[in-house]
Order: sequence, then structure tokens, then C-alpha cells
Amino acid sequence: MSSFHEQVSAWPVADDDLAALHRRLEQDAQSAGVLDVAYRTVDTPVGPLLLAATTDGLVRVAYECEDFDRVLDILANRVSPRVLRAPKRLDDAATEIEEYFAGRRTGFDLPLDYALSSGFRQLVQRHLPHIAYGHTQTYKDVAAIVGNPKAVRAVGSACATNPLPVVVPCHRVLRTDGTLGGYIGGLAAKTALLTLEGAA
Amino acid sequence: MTQPFDRAVAAHGATVLRVCRAVLGAGPDADDAWSETFLAALKAWPDLAEDTNLQAWLVRVAHRKAIDVTRARKRHAVPTECLPDTTSTIGIPGSGDDDLWGAVAALPERQRLAVAYHYVGGLTHVQTAELIGGSADAVRRAAADGVRALRGRIGTYAADEATTQGGAR
Repeated sequence: MSSFHEQVSAWPVADDDLAALHRRLEQDAQSAGVLDVAYRTVDTPVGPLLLAATTDGLVRVAYECEDFDRVLDILANRVSPRVLRAPKRLDDAATEIEEYFAGRRTGFDLPLDYALSSGFRQLVQRHLPHIAYGHTQTYKDVAAIVGNPKAVRAVGSACATNPLPVVVPCHRVLRTDGTLGGYIGGLAAKTALLTLEGAA
Repeated sequence: MTQPFDRAVAAHGATVLRVCRAVLGAGPDADDAWSETFLAALKAWPDLAEDTNLQAWLVRVAHRKAIDVTRARKRHAVPTECLPDTTSTIGIPGSGDDDLWGAVAALPERQRLAVAYHYVGGLTHVQTAELIGGSADAVRRAAADGVRALRGRIGTYAADEATTQGGAR
């Protein structure tokens, strides 16, 4: 005979009931103004992506290789621990990303929150959406455009720490010799995005 | 707390729902208490100490919310000569799993609360006594009486569980 404590932990609570209560909590949290960070995942040809948004806009796009648990920990520490899986706020972002991967969208029209970056890195990241779909620039080009031609390595760090990959297209920045350079989602993902855009 | 709130929902959501159902019956009242508990927890989350025992803390919040739900229900109650048909708060009576919640609901109140907070919620007898009043010994006896009554009423269920868990002990 198992202990009563053990039996109690098996008392019936249906997953569907908990899922319905979670959805209600997502709505209540939004109405009460305490849904600081909403997140969901979306499946894409480059693997699942985690999307997170504050009330200001999309704050994080993460590749699975970045470890979603770790990404959520950083959001909790640096933005707010009021982090809840709440897909609704990410509806527009998920739709646009889906259209992008289907080849039906060449630019993103989403409010962005650059809360996870600052200074020169943020300056570089804010420039990246100006590189058109299907085009590329070198780290050196970008350094010159943002007004600091010697800061080529710093541009590399800014791209490597881009909190909004895919949407903020750090994949469109290459080395001067035409080779790929690094990428937060791995080189296979960078190649896949450039191929999709017809830039490689 | 600096950890993402959703982890607390994933880790303790089911336990808190069991507590709410044991206290209020499986139905809309338990759902309301669960929702109010986690909304209050989300509001308090950034200010909550890192070393907080989350399950015990959530169970205490659930206790307060269950009282609120009960009071609200009484406020809205309208005296009437004959009882109208209402939705069952224990699912379809006699339909498998719901027998368990029905058996819990049928316990005398102090037994039910002692079982809910100690066995289901994991509080100690002392902590449970702080919530529902009386001495820790009285709570211990109420919980034991409640468990004995439940074993009798849901004997089949308990036996099945013992078998599926290997029947050790």
C-alpha cells in the first residue's frame, strides 16, 4: 500500500483543465497590467524559435541552441521576473515570422523593445533593419555607417549579441572577404536565411 | 523571486488546483480560487524572497482566496423556497475520477480542510492549524479521521493506485 501522500499526488487533475486555467491567467495578467514578459515558441525551418515581448514590443527572439530556459532566466533577471507563457501578445510576430519563412514577407512591421542591449551595440542593432532583404553589408561597412569605422570588432560583438535575430537581420552582415562570420543561431541557420532571401 | 514566474505555475499549478478542489469541490469555485491565487502570486512575485517555500506559500494564498470565493458566493446567494437545478460542482456524479472529489467534498469541514492543507497541500500540522484554527494535535486527528473515511469511500481507487505504483510498503 502506498502512502496517502503519494496517492494524493496522483489525484486526478486533467491537463486540459490546467491548460484552460493557464489561458485564463494569461488574460487576467494582461488585464491587471502585470504581464511584463509574454512568450511562446514557433516552429520554423531553422528550428523552434522562442519569441518574447514586453508591453513595448518584441524583446527577444532566441534559437533553441541558446537554451530557452537560460534565455527565460536572463529575461527574468534583466527585464522582469513576471514572465508568463502567453501566446496572444506574440500573434503578430508569429504571423510575420511565418510569412517571412514562407517567402511572402521581406520586412518586419513589429514594435521592437531593445531593452536587452545598450550603447554602441544597440546603435548597431538599430541600424541592421536598414539593410534590405536579400542584401548584405560587411562588418566594416556597418562600422563606417554607424560613424565609427575602426569599431569593426565591436560591430561583430553587436551582431553576436543581437537579442532579436531574424527580425533584426544580423544575418545580413558578412566578413569583408565574403565569408559568413559568426551567427547566434549557428552558421547553418545563417546560410539558410541568406539562401531564403536569395543573397547567397 | 528572480526566476521566471511561469516555472512556478508549471511546478505547482496541479497541486494548488487539488487543494482548491479539496476545499471548494471540483468546479467553478475551485477554478476561481486557483485563478485568484496565481494572479496574486504574479503581482507579488518580484518582491518575494528567494528562499520562500513556494508550495507552502501558494497553498496559504489559496487558503485566503478560497475564503474570499466562499464569502462572495454567500453574498450572492438569494433565499428561495425550492432549489433550482444547478451544474454539478463535482462533474458527473458517479463518473470515475469525480468520485474522489465527491468523497472529499462529503467529509466534515475540519477533516476536509485538514486533508486539503496537510495531505494535498503538503503543509505541516502546525502550519495547517495556523490556517484553520485549533491545535496541531486536533488537526492531526482531523486529518487522520479524514483519511480513514476517504480510504473507506474510495477503497477501489486507492487499491488501484497501490497496484500501479508497484504496491511496495
